[in-house]
Amino acid sequence: MSWAELLGVGLMGLGAVFFVAGTVGILRFPDVFSRLHAVTKADNLGLGLVAAGTGIMTADGFVAAKLALVWLLIAVSGAIGGHLIARHALRDKT
Amino acid sequence: MTDPWIVFDVTLAVGLLAVAWLSLASRDAFRMIVLFMMFGLLASLGWVRLNAPDVALAEAAVGAGITGALLLRTLSALRHEPKEPSTALPTAFIAGVLSLMITTALVVAFILAPDLATGYDRDVGARMDQSGVTNPVTAVLLNFRSYDTLLEIVVLAAALTIVLMLGSKPIALRPLGPLFVPFAKVIVPVSIIIAGYLLWLGASRPGGAFQAAAVLGAGGIVLILGRHYDPQERHGGMIRLICAIGLGGFVLAAIGAQILTGDMLRYPQGQEKIWIIIIEATLTVSVAATLAALFVGATRREGRP
Repeated sequence: MSWAELLGVGLMGLGAVFFVAGTVGILRFPDVFSRLHAVTKADNLGLGLVAAGTGIMTADGFVAAKLALVWLLIAVSGAIGGHLIARHALRDKT
Repeated sequence: MTDPWIVFDVTLAVGLLAVAWLSLASRDAFRMIVLFMMFGLLASLGWVRLNAPDVALAEAAVGAGITGALLLRTLSALRHEPKEPSTALPTAFIAGVLSLMITTALVVAFILAPDLATGYDRDVGARMDQSGVTNPVTAVLLNFRSYDTLLEIVVLAAALTIVLMLGSKPIALRPLGPLFVPFAKVIVPVSIIIAGYLLWLGASRPGGAFQAAAVLGAGGIVLILGRHYDPQERHGGMIRLICAIGLGGFVLAAIGAQILTGDMLRYPQGQEKIWIIIIEATLTVSVAATLAALFVGATRREGRP
C-alpha cells in the first residue's frame, strides 16, 4: 500500500467517523437546533474529508477538482438548508 | 471466494425494501415524501452498483430531486388532513391481489427471459460507429431508439398541458432570509455550467439531456423561490414557447430526417453528432423550463371557460 493510498483511506475513515457522529447526533439530540448543529458539521467536514481522501487516491487533477466542486456545492446547500430549517423552526416556535 | 461487495449490496437491498415499506406505511404525507426521496437516492446507489451510471444520474436528479420538489410543492397546495388510520379492507385486499399479480408476472418474465447476459450490448456495440457518439446509452436514446425518447417528450408536454389547463393553487412564496440571495448567486450560475457540462458529457460518458435539464430546472426553481424571477402572466406565451420547443424541434428533426434520408429519425450519414447535439441542447432548455413550469403551475384565469 502506497503512502497516497494510506493517506486517502485514513482521510476517508476519519470522514466516516464524522458521519457516524452526525447520525448519532440526529438520533440523540433533543431539538431541531441541536440536531441541525450535529448534521451540518458532520456533512461538511465528513464529506470534505471523504472527498479529500478520494481525491488523493485518484491522483487525477481534474477528478480531484470535480470532487472539490461537489464538496463545495454540498457545503453551500447544506448551510443554506440548515439556515432555512432553523428559520422555519424559530418562526413556528414564537 | 465471495465478492466483498455482497455485504454492501445486501444492506442496500434491505434498506430499499425497508424505506419503501416505511414510505407506504407512513400516515403523514410529508414524512411519506421525504422517505420517497430517500428511496430514490438509495435506488440511484443501486443503479451505480448495477453499473448503470446513466440511470443512476437520472434517478438521483429526476426521481429523487425534481419529483420530490414537485411532490412537496403539491403538498403545500393541499389542505392536508391526516389519513384515517384504517384503510377499507376491500381496497387493501384488491391492492394486495393486484400487486401479487404484477410480482408474479415479473418473476415469470424474469425466468422466461432468454439469454440474460447479453441484452442489446452486442447489437449496439456493432453499430456504435454509425451513431455519431461514443456513449452507448446516448447512442440508443438519441439515435437507435430516438422514437422512444420522442414519445417521452410527448408525455412530458402532455403533463404540462394538463397542469396548465387545470390550473393550480399559486405557489406561496415566503421570505427566505438574507442568506438566500448569496446562495442563489452561487448556485444558479453553477447550475447552468454543470448543465452544459452534463449535456456535453452525454456524447461520450454518462450524462445527457435529461440530467442536464434536471440541474438547470433546479436552478430555475431556486430563482423562483428566491423571488429573483416572478413568472408573470404576460411571460406566459414565451414560457409556453420554450416548453414546446423541445417537442417541436424533435418533431421537425424527425420530419427533416425523413425528407433527407427517407427514414424517420435516421440522421444523415456523417452528421449524426451535430443532429444529436442540436436535439439534445434544445431538449435540455425545454425540459428544464417544463420542469420549472410544472413546479410553479398556473393560476386559472377567472371568467374564461
